[in-house]
Parts: sequence; structure tokens; C-alpha cells
Amino acid sequence: MKKCFQIHADDNAATLLEDCDGGGVEVIGGSPAGVTLVEPIRLGHKVALCDIKPGAAIIKFGIPIGVATQPIRAGEWIHLHNCRSRVDERSSTLDVETGAPTDVVYE
Amino acid sequence: MSCMNNPLSFQGFLRDDGRKGIRNVVLVVYTVECASHVALEIARGEPDAHVVGFSGCYDNAYAIRLMLALARHPNVGAVLAVGLGCEYTQPAKIAEVVRKSGRPAEWFYIQEHGGTLKSIELGKRIVRSLRDTMRESARLAPMSVNELVVGAECGGSDGTSGLAGNPVVGRFFDLLVGRGGTAVFEETVEMIGLGEVLRSRAATDEARAAVSRAYDKAVRYCRSVRQYSISPGNFAGGLTTIEEKSMGAFVKSGSSPIQGVIRVAEQPGGPGLWLLDSVPDEHFMQFGYTNPNDTEGIMDLISAGAHIVLFITGRGSVIGSPIAPLIKITGNRETFHRLQDDMDFDASRVLTGEVTMTGAAEELFSLITAVAAGKLTRPEILGHREQFITYKHQDPSRLRAC
Repeated sequence: MKKCFQIHADDNAATLLEDCDGGGVEVIGGSPAGVTLVEPIRLGHKVALCDIKPGAAIIKFGIPIGVATQPIRAGEWIHLHNCRSRVDERSSTLDVETGAPTDVVYE
Repeated sequence: MSCMNNPLSFQGFLRDDGRKGIRNVVLVVYTVECASHVALEIARGEPDAHVVGFSGCYDNAYAIRLMLALARHPNVGAVLAVGLGCEYTQPAKIAEVVRKSGRPAEWFYIQEHGGTLKSIELGKRIVRSLRDTMRESARLAPMSVNELVVGAECGGSDGTSGLAGNPVVGRFFDLLVGRGGTAVFEETVEMIGLGEVLRSRAATDEARAAVSRAYDKAVRYCRSVRQYSISPGNFAGGLTTIEEKSMGAFVKSGSSPIQGVIRVAEQPGGPGLWLLDSVPDEHFMQFGYTNPNDTEGIMDLISAGAHIVLFITGRGSVIGSPIAPLIKITGNRETFHRLQDDMDFDASRVLTGEVTMTGAAEELFSLITAVAAGKLTRPEILGHREQFITYKHQDPSRLRAC
């Protein structure tokens, strides 16, 4: 079974330790002990461990690392498309797959 | 606190100022971009000859302080400063300051020596002579881990950096500080969101005030330039916000109390863990840029006297450094295998349960003492010596504030 890692007991997000196409994943250090991915999530990216309401904090390392911008279901990928920083406005404009800027015109 | 009870010692190079180095390097310093090709050609193929330089024609007090700190780094045994002849930065003065530190030093202007080929020939002759003098007069002295200064910085971070790479380095820093050594970490712009955590780690009230000042300035800086220290590769690697990256980066400091804040080119005031503030101060040209790339941050740590710099990467990186060896650590197994030629240490094994966090930190400790004793790191073997010195303003009156 593929694995993800929950760092702190308060976390509602866990980090994938390998690329995963979907389905059941073991949550190391976690409660619950497993989560079912509803979409592919890559190594190093985060999965929601429970349903998260818009405006609620995304918790990792036991601290808020951002705010949900739309409803997030357990097993969904958490990233730029549904989570924004509380300080950095620019990051919400970046390409969700590559992180490349979309706000600078080259020509 | 650890299973290693005997102080680990090795042979160091004793300098006249009492500091000890783990390498014996001839440093070629160029004082303007126009002299860079000649400087690089002088060092090409010369064993133990490294190059640093400043590209600007107009001088900058910060850049000069940084160059002087690098030229008198404990790993440097001799210096050749090379200028074109038009620029503000004075190679003669660099050589003079270096000589006062007890190291042999020479300088010349390219314009006075007939151009590229003659200058390269002259420079090579000087470097060889400096190297002979440096080697003949080298004083070897036993050196132990409590005399080591180790820096850490991360670059190309991804979701594994905060899980494995940085925590292993943090645990190593705890071991090093526990054994009387000195550890330096930086990147206050990658601590945004962690003001309270940072303040709670200060060793004294004075240190708390200094840490607070450095943190608040980093926040003002990021707001002012509307750029947080997070890059496309970080996002692609799974980091979603600067707050997330900050926490993952901060764990590389370990858990020791922060003794105080030093600024670029300043040396730690004693053993223990120190925070290096490399963010520019506000001045008439506003801030300028803080660490524009990874290499700039590495130079800052070396300017603080780091004998060795640990570089933690998730996505992968192929840089090295002059003067002080760079050790490449990754918590990403795929990166370790894909960039195996460039990587020194695989911290991803703590995620698969092959090794405990403490076990990995102790392995890293052994690797670092081996490097201190002369073992070459992957970037050294591959010949990576990227360097970068930029225009910046840090108010000299605030040096040694803490």
C-alpha cells in the first residue's frame, strides 16, 4: 500500500511519500490510519485527511499553512487551486501544475 | 546526549588569527565583471585555487565586507586580487587587509599588464608562488568538532524537505551544538508566519529582541517587494504556501536556543546556534533584493566562517561553492537516485523507516567529520564552485548588535 505522512496530530493534511494514482493510502503517524485518494496526487503534495470547509485553515506541522478557498473533501489534493496563503497574494495566481507565473507578460 | 562520546578530531590549518581551517585554498578575487574571465582562467587547472568576485564597477560597502570576510576565511591560505583598473573596488586594499591577517597576498591590474594573455600568465605565476609559500608555511594543528562552524541552507525545496532533509539537519545541528560546535542558519524570509515560534527559541532577552527585529524586517521586506521566498519549483514539488515552506525550512535549525543574530560577513560570537540575517536593510534605494538565488545564501554562510555548508534540496540542485565544501542532502528518494552524482546524503531513508532520525543525524555527523578531515564532497569532486556577490545595503552601525 502506498503511503502518506501526517506530521502533527492536529494536521488535516498529509504529505504523499510517493506518486499515487488514487485509491487507499496508508497514513503514517496518522489518525485515521488510512485515506482514499479521489484523484492522483504526486510525491511531496498534500491530501486532505477530512472534509474542510471554505475559509477553514489547512493545518500542517500543527500550524495553519493556508486557508481553504473552496470546499475540500477528504482524499482530495490540496494545492494552489483550493488553498491560499494568508500573506502571499501572488502564489494564488501561479499555474497549479508547474507553479509557473501567469501574471508576467513576456511580449 | 548521543552515542558518540569521544570528541572527533582531525588535522586543521592554524591561521595567525588563531582560527583553524579544514582546507588550504588560494583565493583569486576579481573586483569587477570585466576581470572575471581573466580570474577564472588564472584558476583553471590550478589545484586548490578558487575564485570569488564582485561584478559591479561602482563599489558597495556590503560587497567589500563580504569579499574581505571570504578572503580571510579560515579555509583560505593566500589571496590574489585581480582588477581591470577602472573600477571603484580596490584590489590593492583587499591584498593589504589580507596581508595584515598573516596570509600572503598579491594584486595587479589587467590594464597595466598587457591584457588577457599576459595577465593570465602573470596570475598563474603568482598563484603558484602563493601556493608554494602557503604550503611551506602551513601549520597543521589538531582540530575537533567543537571548533567547527557549519552552515545550513535549503534550495529547490519540495514536500519532502520539511519531512526528512531539513529535520535530519536539525537533529545534526542539535548534536553539533551539544558537542560545543557552532551552527549557523539563515533565510529569515523563509520564516514568514513563524514569528512567535522564532522568538520562543531565543536564548536570552537580548537575542529575542534581535531575532524579533530580523523577523519583522523580513516581513516588511516581503510585503514591500510583493515577493515571498517561494519559487515555481517549490509549488510543483507540493508546497502550496510560504507558511508551509517556512515551517519545513525552519526545522533545519533543530531545537537548540538561538544565541543571537549575525549579519553578512560577521562571525558568530561564540559556540551554539546563530541566526544569520542576510535581508537588506531599508535605505534610500529601498531594500534591493535579499537572497536572489541559492548561491548568494551559501556565500553569506561562508562569510560567517562556516567551514562546511549543508545544502538541503528536494527537487535537486547541482551547485557547489568556493572556499568551504558544500554537502548535498535530499529527503526525496527519486531526486537522490536521479541526481546521484551530485548528492552526498540520502535523508529519505528516515521516511521509509530504514534509519531513525537520530541514526541519520549521526551518519551525517560522521560524513561531516570525514569531510572536515579532507574527504571530498560530490560538488568538490565535480568541480562546482559557483559564487555570487551582489549589491546590497546592510547598515554597518548595526553590525555586532547582538
